[in-house]
Formats: sequence, C-alpha cells, structure tokens
Amino acid sequence: MSAMPFPARPEKPRVGLFVTCLVDLMRPSVGFAAVKLLEDAGCTVEAPVQTCCGQPAYNSGDRGTTRDLAMRMIEAFQGYDYVVAPSGSCAGMIKAHYPELFEEDPNWRAKADALATKTYELTSFLVDVLGVTKVDASFNGAVTYHDSCSGLRELKVKTQPRRLLASVEGLTLVEMKDSDVCCGFGGTFAVKYSDISGAIVEAKAKNIEEAQAPTVLAGDLGCLMNMAGKLSRDGRPVQVRHVAEVLAGMTDEPPIGAAKADAIK
Amino acid sequence: MTVHSTSPQFKQNAARALNDDQLQKALGNVKQGFIDKRQMAADKLPEFEALRDSARDIKNHTLEHLDLYLEAYEEKVKASGGHVHFARDAAEARDIILSICRETGAKTVTKGKSMISEEIGINHHLEANGITPVETDLGEYIIQLRGELPSHIIAPAVHLNATQVEEDFRRVHTHLDAKRDLSEPVQLLTEARAVLRERFLAADVGITGANFLVAETGTSIIVTNEGNGDLTQILPKTHIVLASIEKLVPTLEDVSQLLRVLARSATGQELSVYTTFSTGPRRSTDADGPENYHVVILDNGRSSMLGTAFEEMLRCIRCGACMNHCPVYHAVGGHAYGWVYPGPMGAVLTPSLIGVDKAGHLPNASTFCGRCESVCPVRIPLPKLMRHWREREFERHLTPATVRSGLQLWGFFAKRPALYRFATRAAMGALALAGRQRGRFAWLPMAKGWTKYRDFPAPQGETFQQRWTRERKGARA
Ligand code: SF4
Repeated sequence: MSAMPFPARPEKPRVGLFVTCLVDLMRPSVGFAAVKLLEDAGCTVEAPVQTCCGQPAYNSGDRGTTRDLAMRMIEAFQGYDYVVAPSGSCAGMIKAHYPELFEEDPNWRAKADALATKTYELTSFLVDVLGVTKVDASFNGAVTYHDSCSGLRELKVKTQPRRLLASVEGLTLVEMKDSDVCCGFGGTFAVKYSDISGAIVEAKAKNIEEAQAPTVLAGDLGCLMNMAGKLSRDGRPVQVRHVAEVLAGMTDEPPIGAAKADAIK
Repeated sequence: MTVHSTSPQFKQNAARALNDDQLQKALGNVKQGFIDKRQMAADKLPEFEALRDSARDIKNHTLEHLDLYLEAYEEKVKASGGHVHFARDAAEARDIILSICRETGAKTVTKGKSMISEEIGINHHLEANGITPVETDLGEYIIQLRGELPSHIIAPAVHLNATQVEEDFRRVHTHLDAKRDLSEPVQLLTEARAVLRERFLAADVGITGANFLVAETGTSIIVTNEGNGDLTQILPKTHIVLASIEKLVPTLEDVSQLLRVLARSATGQELSVYTTFSTGPRRSTDADGPENYHVVILDNGRSSMLGTAFEEMLRCIRCGACMNHCPVYHAVGGHAYGWVYPGPMGAVLTPSLIGVDKAGHLPNASTFCGRCESVCPVRIPLPKLMRHWREREFERHLTPATVRSGLQLWGFFAKRPALYRFATRAAMGALALAGRQRGRFAWLPMAKGWTKYRDFPAPQGETFQQRWTRERKGARA
C-alpha cells in the first residue's frame, strides 16, 4: 500500500458510517450502537446510501463485480473525513484489498488508496484515531471476546475492544481458549463446505462455553451469527452480542438468535 | 500426472475424515503441540520477525535469478565430481533415477524423507522395475507399510496412533517373535531401527531429498531429526539427491539465515538434530561417503509459475507451519486434500502442479482466516494466492453453477441501491416476522448448508437504512 501522509484530525470529524450488509439487514441495532459511540466521541455521523463492499464476489473470484461495487463504495464515501464500519472484515476489505483491485488504473487506484487510508474498524477508530479511553456504559456480568480473523490479522484489532470493554461498568472480561482461532464462518465457506465449517464452529462453541461467561462478544456480525447459531443448536446457554451494543450500553434488544422472551429470563 | 489424486473428491474425503474418530483424536495432537512450540521459539528470538523478512528476500532474489543460480550450482556440482540431471516432469525424473539405479545394479534403495519423491511416485516405479525402495524416516516407513501418502509434510504419519503402528509392524515384521511386547512407543522405535539397520547396510543406492541446494558451493543440505538421512546418503555406493528447482539458494550465508527460521517454524527447535551438508562424491581423503553423487532437479510445472502471481509460492521452505495453524487442516487432516501436499501450501501448490480443474476445491476450502500467512517464515500470502485460484476458476467457468448464479443475483441487487433497499426491506420484514417467536430458524429453504449444523438467527425486522431514513432524515438537513 502506498504511504499517505496522515491528515490532521478535524475538530468535529465527519464520519461516513459504512453499516455493512449484515448489520443493515440483520441487526440494525449494531449500526445505531456504532452511531452512538461515534457521536459520544464527538463525531458527526452520516450514513450515505450504500449496498455492499463486494467481499462475497471478491472471495468467489469475481473481480469484475467486485470492482464495480468498489467504485460505488468509493463514490458514496468520498466526502467524509473518515469511514467507519462495525466490522473488521468489511473495513479490512476496503483497507487491505481495494487498492490492489485497481492496480492497472492509476485514477481509481488513487481514489481507492484515499478511501483505504481513512477507513477504520469501529473500535480501532475510537481508540487509535480518536484516543477514546472509556465509554459511558454499564453491563452486568462477565463476557468473553472472540477475535474475528480479518480484524485481528488484517487490521490488528486486538487490544482496542478489550481496552474499551475494561471501561464498561460492572463488566468483567474472561478470555476463552483460542480466542484468536477462526470460528469457521468464512462467508460462503460456511455454506459451501458446511461439514468443515460445522466442525470448526463446534470447537469454537465449546471454547466459548468453557470460558463460563454468560455472554460472548465479537466485532463481526458474520462470525456472531455463526457462533450464535451453533451455540443455540447445541443447547449451550450463552448469549451473543456485537461488542458495539455493549460499549454503547444498548443491550435492550434480544441477543443474536434469541427471541424477546429469552432475553428477559 | 504422477501420483493418483483424489482432490476432486475433496468434499467426500473431508466428510469421511470428520467422521473418523481415531483421526480426529490424532489431529488434536497437531493442534496444540506444534503451535505452542513455534510460538515459544519465536518469542525467544528477538530478531525472528526480521529474519522472516530476510528469508523472504533471499528466496525472492533467488527466484528472480533462478537460471543463473541453477547454472552456477551445476558447475559446482560437476567440479566436485557429481552429476546434475534436469527433469522436466515426473516421468523424466523417474526414468533418470531408474537408469542410475540400473547402472549401479541396485536391488534395494534406501530413502530419506523427500516430498518430491512422493510427488513423482518413485517408490511405485522402482518396485514395478524390480527394485525395492525402503523408506528410512520412521513416519515415511510406517506409511510405506500402509501404502499411504504422507498426511503432513514434516510429520508424514501424524494421522496415526501407536496401536495402528503396532498392528502394521506385527503384520509386516513376521520374522520377529509374535509375542514380543510393543505396547510402548519406544519399543516401536527400537524395532523400526533394528529392521532398518539391516536395510541400510544392504542398500546399493540412497535417495534423499534436499532442503536447500547451495549455488556457491554445489552443496545439498538436509535437515532431519532421526539421523536416517545421513545413513541413507553415506552408506550406499550411490547417492541421489532429488530436489525441485526452488530449493536453490545462493550462498551458505543465505542458508544459515533460512535455517534459523525453518526449524523454529516447523517444530519450535532452534535447529533440527541433524543438519547435513553434502558436496559431491567421496574424496580420497574422506573417511566415508558415496562413490557416485547425482542430483536430479525437478521442474514439473514450477518454472511456469515464475513471473506469475504464483511465483511467491516457490519461496516455500516446507516447514509445515501453515498446516499446523490451519483450522481446515485441523478439522480434516492431510489426506482429505487428495494429493501430496496438504494444508494451505497444498491449496496453492497443488492446482499449479496437477491442474485447477482437478484441485479446484482446495483453494476454495478456506475461510481466509489468514493464520497461515501470519506464521509463514517466508511470508507467502497464502490466502491471496488461493483467491487468485478462485479468480482463475471463475474466469474459466469452473465455479459451480449454483454459486455463480447466486452471486449474479446478489450482484444485480448490490449494484442497484434503490432496488436493493426495496427488496431487502421486504425480505427482512418477512423473515423477522417468521422468526419472531424463537428468534432463530432451525431450517431455512436455500440455506441447508447453514442450518444442517447451526440455527439461523432471525433479523430484527426493519433494515438499518430504513430506520435511519425514518429517524434521521429530518435531523440531517
Ligand atoms: S507455505 Fe510457508 S508456512 Fe507453509 S510450508 Fe511453506 S514455508 Fe512453511
């Protein structure tokens, strides 16, 4: 990636929220939690009309469609100081992969670089860019945290969510075994190679339960849906939430894969 | 084609592996041992990450000038009294080796561990021509008795347990007392050693692989932990080194850098127990060594990877770290990959060597978790290269029709934001309504692969963009 001079941070940064497909469709409350966190940290947040970053096409080998979608994303988010996503995988797509999509097109390459430079995963944006050290939230009980792969390895998201969680009143973090090992989601992999994916997520579900925290958190909805679906299928009583919900103190909605009634008990 | 491949049946292989309790237990050992040991070794060496950079650079430099280094290497080997043979493909390599064996009048051939010998299927070829090959690495010896391929590039029999090995030894070593005690692993080791010692002494030719070939000196280098490689190359009259073109390294200084990352990445050792350098046949002043020294250098499709995106794969020093850290390998083991090279490195290399039409599943069967790349000592971007294979498959219409049409439909909506919002709003509303009671689905049409193993969480109902427009439109102006 070409080195870009780091722009000086504006007074009240204008942040374009890249909601991501899964949050948009499945769990909008995560998006609103992200908005609250960003606004509390002094940002102006907007959510331009958007669809998908193209990752499913990219990982299926369809570069043409990926490029088309990337161009739309680049245009949709042109005017913002920063672009923030409540997902390491989708932010990673833009940051680590958009530039190389346009290797042969200097004009678009420059635009892709510009977008890549200002795009962040939510917790890393809060901690690394805005210098947030604590959030205004409380949560009663222990949680364990799963490190989603792209965030961890492409964007080095590891300490940031933990630092913010440490500031949540009443919350204790218990580490599970192998928190940095893949949950077996892998996008279309979960469906195309469901036997293998099923075996990988089974091991993950076991490690989650053995941590003996009533709640598991992560920063990517794909992984969360995978883990929640496996935990409930295997009858392991652990609640599943996106880390942003807890950091924003917005845990009124039932956990992922649970009905309203489950949440109350 | 060389060794028969079951890569096209990857899914069936994987399903079988997942239901094999014994295998699953054996794979549990791969998971922890290798990973912890590598981590400890890396943590102990402050310059480990910097060494990985220089390892990458050394290999890149060599690949850029591979023709020059091959020539220089050949000159040096000749000068030291050895012979170099270039083999374009597996068949040529087999023929060259067979004719060397015939010239020597060989009846038995001992073999050190060599993945290239698996790649060209040399054992079978020698047997078919009346020559008995004997594997001398313990793991390789065991799988030879079983007629299997290695399931791991540095631990070929890692898929087996001691009881299975005991059964094989009792089945094959019929000249030994049937009532002997083999309940302890060390007893198995002792028995193998005793059996193999006789074979070492009887062998006419010894074939070893090479971890590195040094252009500067014409030296071939093997790293082993059992010492079997040394006996294989020193005792027989003729020593054949079998290696592929990417084993070249310019200088001994370069080798010393690569050795520092190799064993640490593989087994967590600082160095393996034996690191053996051999240069040419025995000289008059040498105490021992072979009379004849041959090097067979195999291409088998590798040179056509040079100058392409896949060139980076030729940096591989076969440490096995990528498979040791791979969740898919942990789940299904090495045999499911269906050919010689398993795990992430196999997922990239196998399509290059046997064709993506046959090995197409391999680069697809990855979550792209990136753990392999994060430990590869020569920093091969394995997920990126697997993605390149997916791109080639997509271009050549090898991607399954269901996936293609699904992608097309999704792409159609994703490129039309208004339509996307309209369609998703309706779909999510309906899905949320249907899933309201339980908050999840145990079964969904079109998502059988998902719901076979896990529930599908129900959506909240309204989409983010819908609610955002409703709540914030006014506030935004
Ligand atoms: S690809 Fe890298 S990690 Fe895997 S065997 Fe080769 S050198 Fe080792």
